[in-house]
Amino acid sequence: MNINLTIIGQAIAFFLFVVFCMKYVWPPITGALAERKKKIAEGLDAADRAERDLRLAQEKAAADMRASKEQAAAIIEQANKRANQIVEEAKEQARVEADRVKASAQAELEQEVNRAKESLRAQVATLAIAGAEKILEASVDEKAHAQLVEKLAAEL
Amino acid sequence: MASGTVTSSEGYIKHHLTNLTFGNHPEHGWGFAHSSEAAAEMGFWSINVDSMLWSVALGILFVWFFKKVAMKVTSDVPGNAQNFVESIIEFIDDNVKSIFTHKNAVIAPLALTIFVWVFLMNLMDLVPVDWIPFLTQQLAAVFGADPHHVFMKVVPSTDVNVTGGMALSVLALIIYYSIKMKGVGGFIGELAFQPLPKIFAPFNLFLEIVGLLAKPVSLALRLFGNMYAGEMIFILIALLPFWAQWLLSVPWAIFHILVITLQAFIFMVLTIVYLAMAHDHH
Repeated sequence: MNINLTIIGQAIAFFLFVVFCMKYVWPPITGALAERKKKIAEGLDAADRAERDLRLAQEKAAADMRASKEQAAAIIEQANKRANQIVEEAKEQARVEADRVKASAQAELEQEVNRAKESLRAQVATLAIAGAEKILEASVDEKAHAQLVEKLAAEL
Repeated sequence: MASGTVTSSEGYIKHHLTNLTFGNHPEHGWGFAHSSEAAAEMGFWSINVDSMLWSVALGILFVWFFKKVAMKVTSDVPGNAQNFVESIIEFIDDNVKSIFTHKNAVIAPLALTIFVWVFLMNLMDLVPVDWIPFLTQQLAAVFGADPHHVFMKVVPSTDVNVTGGMALSVLALIIYYSIKMKGVGGFIGELAFQPLPKIFAPFNLFLEIVGLLAKPVSLALRLFGNMYAGEMIFILIALLPFWAQWLLSVPWAIFHILVITLQAFIFMVLTIVYLAMAHDHH
């Protein structure tokens, strides 16, 4: 337990170790610790941001989905309307065509009837004259009685 | 070393408590002291070679290991060594930040050095008491020295010079920072003009200087006393028969793990507190 030079030697060694520690040990390690702290903070921040981005993207996707659904519905509706319209038009056209066909058939029929009537009338006139000739046993001047025969035929 | 007789026990204890001192003996000239009395006769201008050797070796081990880690330190995933060093540094940093509120780049590395170095020096206490002294004696015998005169105290903190040297350095820092922060006048004023009114300045000065000097003395003697007593118990246990020693040495060693850590921690915390006080204006 003698106090001797060791006390000074120890003080010098202590001083040297502290200086060494201050220069080469403490700053790099605390620097790395601070840097890691920063990195972790940044990482957490990035995670937060990513989460927010994800939420936004999901919302946007949902909105897009809704919009496209609406659009699809509109297109379908339009198509249905158009189809109905086409059907209606076709129906109308068919009706018109049918009417036209009917009308032309009717006209032809009438024409046919008229023609038949005409020929009938002509034949009736001849028949009437022949009948009258037989009745009168005399030849009738066709020309003289044409007017009478015509009148008769017209009355048939 | 289970010796039956009282005298050999006394010799054994004495041998274990004597430093390997190199100096100029008034009668025998330069050389290693052959006994503690001879070491005392060498006076102040001698040096405890074993204390210096072990403390500097442990200090170099400390800075080497920490420097090695610091050189390849990364802010990414740390390895085992870096994790270990980081946990110590964060522990020290937390303590310094909670006690020392001023800005000073010296305090934290100083606290780290004190804590780790004192811890390592105390840790030598857990090396079985006879191993290193015995090996040293055998080695010295090979070189022709008398083994009975070869001393080897492996726990530097059981040498009051070692703890005193650190405590005096702390005192120097206290005085340096007191003057740096408050000026010579401010420092002396702080010593002289409180706690009593200014007319009692000489009394105040006496009181405050005693208080100031008590700080390093208490620092040095607390660590020295604890470690010396611990070492003494280990030496006494080593006097028991070899088959009974573990009964006492194991519990004492386990308890001592707490003591050596606690003493290192106390030395560090008190140093920070003293330096924080030196920075404060009263």
